[in-house]
Amino acid sequence: MARAAQPTVSRALRRRETVSGYLFMLPSLVFFLGFVVIPMVICIFTSLTDSMMNNTKPVNFVGLANFQKLFQDEKFLEALKNTFIIVVVSVPVTCAFSLWVSSAIYKMNNFFLSAFRCIFYLPVVTGSVAVTVVWKWMYNNYYGVFNYLLGPQGLGVIEKNINWLGDPRFALGCIILILLTTSVGQPIVLYVSALGNVDQSLVEAAKVDGATNFQVFWRVKWPQMMPTTLYILVITTINSFQCFALIQLLTSGGSGTNTVMYYIYYTAFKLTSTAGHFGYANAMGVILAIFIGALSALQFWLAKER
Amino acid sequence: MNKISSTRSKVYQAACLIVIILLALLFLFPLYWIVIGAFKTKQDNYSLNPIWWPKEWTLENWEKLFSRRSAPLFDIIIPFSRLFTKNGKDIVLLSGPVVPGAIRWLINTVFMAVAAMVLTCITAALAGYALAKKRFVGRGIVFSLIVCAMALPKQVILIPLLKEMNVLGLIDNIWAVIFPTVGWPFGVFLMKQFSENIPGEILESAHIDGAGELKTFNTIVFPMVKPGVGALAIFTFINSWNDYFMQLVMLSSNFNYTLPLGIATMQGENSIDTGLLMAGAALAAFPIIIVFLIFQKYFTKGITMGAVKG
Repeated sequence: MARAAQPTVSRALRRRETVSGYLFMLPSLVFFLGFVVIPMVICIFTSLTDSMMNNTKPVNFVGLANFQKLFQDEKFLEALKNTFIIVVVSVPVTCAFSLWVSSAIYKMNNFFLSAFRCIFYLPVVTGSVAVTVVWKWMYNNYYGVFNYLLGPQGLGVIEKNINWLGDPRFALGCIILILLTTSVGQPIVLYVSALGNVDQSLVEAAKVDGATNFQVFWRVKWPQMMPTTLYILVITTINSFQCFALIQLLTSGGSGTNTVMYYIYYTAFKLTSTAGHFGYANAMGVILAIFIGALSALQFWLAKER
Repeated sequence: MNKISSTRSKVYQAACLIVIILLALLFLFPLYWIVIGAFKTKQDNYSLNPIWWPKEWTLENWEKLFSRRSAPLFDIIIPFSRLFTKNGKDIVLLSGPVVPGAIRWLINTVFMAVAAMVLTCITAALAGYALAKKRFVGRGIVFSLIVCAMALPKQVILIPLLKEMNVLGLIDNIWAVIFPTVGWPFGVFLMKQFSENIPGEILESAHIDGAGELKTFNTIVFPMVKPGVGALAIFTFINSWNDYFMQLVMLSSNFNYTLPLGIATMQGENSIDTGLLMAGAALAAFPIIIVFLIFQKYFTKGITMGAVKG
């Protein structure tokens, strides 16, 4: 008798939980579905059509034609290459740099710790536009501090002023440098907290057994920080893929700095011959999303294998 | 042996400290350059030898910044009225006194960031609690959808978003920037992490005492997740303030600009007037830096909590 009554009670409970759960979720779900999920679906759908910005022409379904065209588009392939260069350089450098800074500062007293953490976070807070405006000035061909410091009056490394952002040999590197200053902030905060949470008894035990500082770090602390490293890898990868403001404001995709994110914007809003080619731009967006998804999955898989 | 290695490690530590201090100065330099540039005279800014510390300080850049294009301080409009008027513009109920464009940008930006912050905090606190503590049907699906969306680049969906806003009649409207920020699921994820810590027994006893769902949330859940809400608030405020790409795509008329967008446009128009640009950059950056410094602790907590179990 009691056994038979059990399922009905729990079903009623479950129904009550479901109703109240969705009521609590409702305000958030409206925004999430309306402004994230639906646009994602639209993105995938329009990537298969020849949709334009103005809705005057009828939209035709073109299948995978946009994707085929993309991989024959030299500008897109160059943008893809540049995006990969940015990711391949900036992700490992960001991780290594922030790990090194955090391991140097995490034992400091509270005041210095938060001071350093703040300073390295400041470029993120300052915002990409303000950061870009001042760096553009610093890279300036005639009045910039870089040419002055490296030129004859400074270190004397270069003889002639270099047009940093106009020269295809340097432009991408200059942009990566700015990107690095704006992306180490969050990893440093995360690593400092991860290093503080390392199990001290294991560290002590290793030291008693005669392990050097180096060994303690790689054998004891590093494995414990693996989840943090993984998270940092994923967010830094996503950030580097999305590098847009720097490109748009510094070079407008010129001097060999075109990236996929900028090319999407350019195709959708700027390109005069096919102005407002949304279908094509969305196809790029889908490819970008696939790359990021695949990379994140790969990073998760590699971390699990270990 | 031990002595040698300990001196060596001390030397290494001192070297590290020096390098880090140098790096910190390098990170601070752009900010210093913005501030100094905003108060330098034109000649000083265009000197071939950089003026590291100006002899002559001037306010002319700021005067120029605040003399550009004037706009009404605020407009109160009838929502969606543009769908019914002939010229496609909203009906303005009330306009504020005319002020310089930069002030209007500042007001737009603050309004945008505050609205996004308040809406995100409310919706995320409710949803995070439900995801953590309610065992409802479809919870797993909703949660995995949220995690997947977080891993995707937000900017990829901007073009479809623009189309959607066009349909909703929200183009060139500050709400077109606010709504997608609220929809971004990071907040829900963060609040779920904080809500996990609420002991189930307390909720149960509240239920037995006859407290309704909303009352339980207001009196028990919300006070317990308050630190999380604080972290999310400051996080959303800063992110929304600096989300330049979204503002660029959604906003088109000068009055509706935000500070970052306004400064970026100024750079496009007259990239030669550095003093003016630096003043603009300072105006865009310093309010948010001050907010960050005040609420730094919450912020750090939010970043670390978002990563746990991420």
